[in-house]
Amino acid sequence: MLPRLSLTELRARLAARECSAVEVTRACLDQIQRREGQLHAFLHVDAADALAQAEAADTALRNGVTPAEKPLLGLPVALKDNIAVRGQPLTCGSRILEGFVSPYDATVVEKLRAAGAVLLGRLNLDEFAMGSSTETSAFGPTRNPWDLERIPGGSSGGSAAAVAAGEVPAALGSDTGGSVRQPAAHCGVVGLKPTYGRVSRYGLVAYASSLDQIGCLTRTVRDAAVLLGVLAGHDPRDSTSVPEPVPDYAARLDGAVKGLRLGLPREYRIAGLHPEVEAAVNAAVETLRALGVETVEISLPHTPYALAAYYLIAPAEASANLARFDGVRYGLRVEGADPIELYERTRGRGFGPEVKRRILLGTFALSAGYYDAYYLRAQKVRTLIRQDFLRAFEQVDAIVTPTTPGPAFRLGEKLSDPLQMYLEDIFTLSCNLAGLCGISVPCGFTRTPRLPIGLQLLGPPFGEPTLLRLAHAYEQATPWHREVPPLESPAGG
Amino acid sequence: MSRPSLDIRAVAHLARLELTPEEESRFGAQLEGILRQVEQLRQVDVTGVEPTAHALPRVNVTRPDVVRPSLPVEAALRNAPARSQDLFVVPKIVE
Repeated sequence: MLPRLSLTELRARLAARECSAVEVTRACLDQIQRREGQLHAFLHVDAADALAQAEAADTALRNGVTPAEKPLLGLPVALKDNIAVRGQPLTCGSRILEGFVSPYDATVVEKLRAAGAVLLGRLNLDEFAMGSSTETSAFGPTRNPWDLERIPGGSSGGSAAAVAAGEVPAALGSDTGGSVRQPAAHCGVVGLKPTYGRVSRYGLVAYASSLDQIGCLTRTVRDAAVLLGVLAGHDPRDSTSVPEPVPDYAARLDGAVKGLRLGLPREYRIAGLHPEVEAAVNAAVETLRALGVETVEISLPHTPYALAAYYLIAPAEASANLARFDGVRYGLRVEGADPIELYERTRGRGFGPEVKRRILLGTFALSAGYYDAYYLRAQKVRTLIRQDFLRAFEQVDAIVTPTTPGPAFRLGEKLSDPLQMYLEDIFTLSCNLAGLCGISVPCGFTRTPRLPIGLQLLGPPFGEPTLLRLAHAYEQATPWHREVPPLESPAGG
Repeated sequence: MSRPSLDIRAVAHLARLELTPEEESRFGAQLEGILRQVEQLRQVDVTGVEPTAHALPRVNVTRPDVVRPSLPVEAALRNAPARSQDLFVVPKIVE
């Protein structure tokens, strides 16, 4: 029972002394033991360390520490394996970082600790967060709890699968082009990507620095609001974090949504959209209308160019960021006669195919003679995409789209065709290019096989309070977030 | 302006990536395909449009100039693949 509860429900039980933090952590560890053989959501679990943190939380609870002081006291949260925790491994799903141990805590980790959370394990991801299926992890794919033959989405696939399967009530991920929202949609959980600059990236291994943002995967929108309240805020160690006050997101969830204006972008009605996804999203829009939300057709005319702009900008930034993995200061080293040979061999051996593809693409886009035609042009198109959204947000409070063009696909189905894989992000990546906030909430299931469908809501920069309120209102009006993956039913325990 | 074909070996060398012959031909073909796709950006009129490097640009970000503890040498060297005393060891660079 405990593994199916939300952070908010667990917090109430801890406060009422109906269970202890050690019991909650132990229940998660038991569930991990039961499920990991099939799912492979985790890369590393330090049970003794987690239980020690839980014991400390129980002591604090006995001493009368309140949720107002420590909003996550005794609540387990797992981390994508690209977020640094001092003394714990950090592989980014890559051979090149096998055996690496983080020398410091990420800012979000400091904040989780200060809020009393129990840090529970490291979650699988596409290598360096590059991928949409968690299949590019050097340590093997994660499977979707709703159908073990299918991918959980990516790159935060371990985070989404772990939350969906009841292994942990909440997890952190990172979202560069949809890597929190897309796996959340495929696994039937809530995935929040905050506004660029809202959450510090200090201690997050950089993929594409102008797009990366840490987000959270939870079972409910309320839990996302609680977590964002803990994670958000200015950090002098991340010069791109924004000194904007942090509102009480959870306290503002229950306000009325009547009269809010919701934009339906006509460019998102693409030919490849799965009919059941389209039907579920249309039904969700009807539900929102019934709640008093007004809908307006809008146009984001540069939408068709977002994918191309993204797949130049993100690899360009990645090629620069990943230059640090050179076999000198940390990670894998393959010896060579001179430094250049050492770099080339180390990187050739250490990186997997998707990372190599993106480094090559980015290096090309930035190279002399091609920079203007590729990288610079992509940055100009990015300006136009951003302007489309800012113009739309003069008219509407939020924008609604499907999170993904279809439900979770089979393992191996798109792995050999990078362009097919990149299309997975077609609805999510504009949000990162434009620096918006976005959330995916469950909005139904396909019939056969029964797979979750995600609804994406996008808000203007720092528009999280309204975005979360809208998502919460939708969630409260629908049953989808209460659905449990089939493995969980009696036979699976 | 016609699209140049990508010289995979030259790019791999710029990126300091050793590729197997099989990788050279596979990645070469895949990157050609991706570059064909991104060609569509040429249809966009970007005359007079400023590039966006960051969605929320912040300029002149400074912090107080105060001395704070940094990563201790031992912690910084802990993950080193090869070290000697307090130094990283690399192959000989100059004769």
